[in-house]
Amino acid sequence: MRLPDKTTKMEQAVAAIPDGAAVMLGGFGVPGTPFLLIQELVRQGKRDLTVIKNDANETGMGVDHLLVAGCVSRLITTHLGLNANAIKQMNDATIAVEFCAQGILAERIRAGGAGLRGILTDIGMDTELGAGKPRVTLDGQAWMVETALRADVALLHAAAADTFGNLRYAATARNFNPLMAMAADTVIVEAEQIVAPGALAPDDIHTPGPFVDHVVHIPELTQEYAVVRR
Amino acid sequence: MSDAKTRMIARAARDIATGMVVNLGIGLPTQVVGHLAADFPVCLHTENGLTGIGPALPPEKADRNLIDAGGAYVSTLPGSAFFDSATSFALVRSGRLDLTMLGAFEVAENGDLANWKIPGKFSPGVGGGMEMAQKARRVAVLTTHTDRAGNPKLLTRCTLPLTASACVTRIFTDMAVIDVTPGGFALRELAQGVTVAQVQAATGAALHVPEGDIPEF
Repeated sequence: MRLPDKTTKMEQAVAAIPDGAAVMLGGFGVPGTPFLLIQELVRQGKRDLTVIKNDANETGMGVDHLLVAGCVSRLITTHLGLNANAIKQMNDATIAVEFCAQGILAERIRAGGAGLRGILTDIGMDTELGAGKPRVTLDGQAWMVETALRADVALLHAAAADTFGNLRYAATARNFNPLMAMAADTVIVEAEQIVAPGALAPDDIHTPGPFVDHVVHIPELTQEYAVVRR
Repeated sequence: MSDAKTRMIARAARDIATGMVVNLGIGLPTQVVGHLAADFPVCLHTENGLTGIGPALPPEKADRNLIDAGGAYVSTLPGSAFFDSATSFALVRSGRLDLTMLGAFEVAENGDLANWKIPGKFSPGVGGGMEMAQKARRVAVLTTHTDRAGNPKLLTRCTLPLTASACVTRIFTDMAVIDVTPGGFALRELAQGVTVAQVQAATGAALHVPEGDIPEF
């Protein structure tokens, strides 16, 4: 037996994403953000996307390209303070923004990936993020229901992938990537390096291949991936 | 930075005890690390997925994949670990975070904290602040005592949307160290050259002042 080869051309993998799709994007700031896959969404002119990402990147980078090109109708995020375009589109109601506490966003995605419908938490229960969310009493304590999140597509960035889709992330580029890998119907990974099955040791794999549908090689990184000089 | 602010940050650093797991919030709290000795045994956590934060690095020495939650390029130490965002907040919510130091727009005398939103002016989202404030074992605030217009930030009740309720136990300002007690704000220490009357005048709530000498920092 041998494990299937999932390597795909970027254009072909992204072409299957319909307008109106919910799209999860890995990354926290620059590390782990799939900048080239995002550029391909823009190039193919996708519209009416629901984007789920920790942050809205900075102006001129990543999510910002989607916003400027008018690809996004809804953004589920934890923080967009470094992107003036995102703030403006939110304030102008060009996009709908749903804010979520960061670890709760992570858990909602993990729950979605684990076949669960939601989680119970007390985070933010007495803040405006808790307003209107259903309450449950368990063992005499009040809890709030946060719904699980799934997406049609997850776009991820890995440091290395094998052709079957086993993934490794680098340093703090891991962040939301392994969680989103579990929570989307189609998972597309851009990888800096693609190796033969077996080249990544089984103990060293962060995301197992069965979660991944398409592996796209990105032989050259653009300036967006580089160290940001502020 | 003013001398008083620098002493505030240095004073806050002295509240970090050996062996703690600590998250330092973006802004002033991050600067606390500059006042810890190089061999001080502490584990710094950053919510984007690293325990054992090493020294910050200039761009020419930085690893493009290694940042803290504020986007600063940092390094690792012997024993550092990387993990995903769910693991990172499991650490916070399960009580493994001994201390967080956060900035503030307002702190109330019952420990309520507002530091993420000014309706109509500033609404960037809460990031990881809500969980840090609600679940760290100890929550300290570092802030100037008043805002830029001179208005008090320590109040009877917060007027801005809350980050978390009844969470702050200690406040370090450029004028004083103040604890949140069941009876409200209690003055513990004074910045050099600052009087009790000045602190009271700059505080928007009752201030309990202990009898006898008040230590200076």
